[in-house]
Amino acid sequence: MPMRVAIVSPEQEVWSGDADMVVARTVEGDIGVLPGHVPMLAVLVRDQTVRVKVGSQEISAGVDGGFLSVTKEGVSILAESATIA
Amino acid sequence: MAGQLREYRRRIKTVNSTKKITKAMELIAASRIAKARARVTASRPYAEEITRVITAVASQTTITHPLTTERPTPTRAAVVIVTSDRGLAGGYSSNALKRAGELVELLREEGKEPLLYAVGRKAVGYYRFRGRTLAGEYTGFTEQPTYANAKEVADALIQAFTTPTEEGGVDEIHLVFTEYISAMTQTPAAHRLLPMVLREHDEPPPGGPLPNYEFEPSAEAVLDALLPRYVESRLYAALLEAAASESAARQRAMKSATDNAEELAKTYTRAANRARQDAITQEISEIVGGANALASSN
Repeated sequence: MPMRVAIVSPEQEVWSGDADMVVARTVEGDIGVLPGHVPMLAVLVRDQTVRVKVGSQEISAGVDGGFLSVTKEGVSILAESATIA
Repeated sequence: MAGQLREYRRRIKTVNSTKKITKAMELIAASRIAKARARVTASRPYAEEITRVITAVASQTTITHPLTTERPTPTRAAVVIVTSDRGLAGGYSSNALKRAGELVELLREEGKEPLLYAVGRKAVGYYRFRGRTLAGEYTGFTEQPTYANAKEVADALIQAFTTPTEEGGVDEIHLVFTEYISAMTQTPAAHRLLPMVLREHDEPPPGGPLPNYEFEPSAEAVLDALLPRYVESRLYAALLEAAASESAARQRAMKSATDNAEELAKTYTRAANRARQDAITQEISEIVGGANALASSN
């Protein structure tokens, strides 16, 4: 049961699609988000790599200054700047 | 006579070369509208998500945060005015400045001292000429603003907003820019950026009721981090929309300039033709007159 994941920067949506897991580092430590996670809003540490697992593949995105927002519908990563590696 | 004809020809040439320039500017402006509109669309997911998140945080926590709380006695307000760098855009800049003037007047009546942040050379020039001091001047990007430009302005605003009023800070931030309604209509509008105006929802917002978030590390920390992002994203959206409006205004101004040039060229061509015909008629009558004089003298 995949979930909807979107990595958005102010200028555009950098990546979006269905994924199985999102791994990011918040100010309180690393977090892995699986489908059905409780709604959450976390502040991400600056300059880090967010990993998105889609099946056996993994997408890593360089993300600087942002938030991780988890809702019933999916996960959004709001970043000041984001690039797909 | 021949001198008059030459004068007309010269004018036709000038009008035609002006027409070429205005036509080119019209086409450039038209393509810029489309580009700016596309960037507005691209920036929407981020802006919507930020607003949604803030609404969610603010509606479920009872904390008082500067982002959403009205200060008891506001005495100073920042006003950001977005105009263009270049002219030749009809009433674009002057309409925005007029709207800003109304807002400044209103703020004064409410006992708030306005601090002006001018975006675009037109606004800077306007206030400089009137001897007003500006709290901030930002120029050189109004036609194609980037997020970095928005951030530069936002940083100064947040700095002022988080400084206590006694030390020269501001209690409110207002934003005046030209909204793009359609290719034909753009209206200058004033909005209050901070403190945020939260709409009270009687019915659940689109996309179902807002979820009960868990905050990491805390609701306050999340709001603190959200404040600058919110201001930046709102400013960025405003700059992009203003850029689209500017291009639309310029396109319209240049279109009517091109039409006028065409009209003028036509009038001058007619006048030149008449002048040429008159010259020929006069020459003929002079020759005939001369021949008659010769014939009668013989």
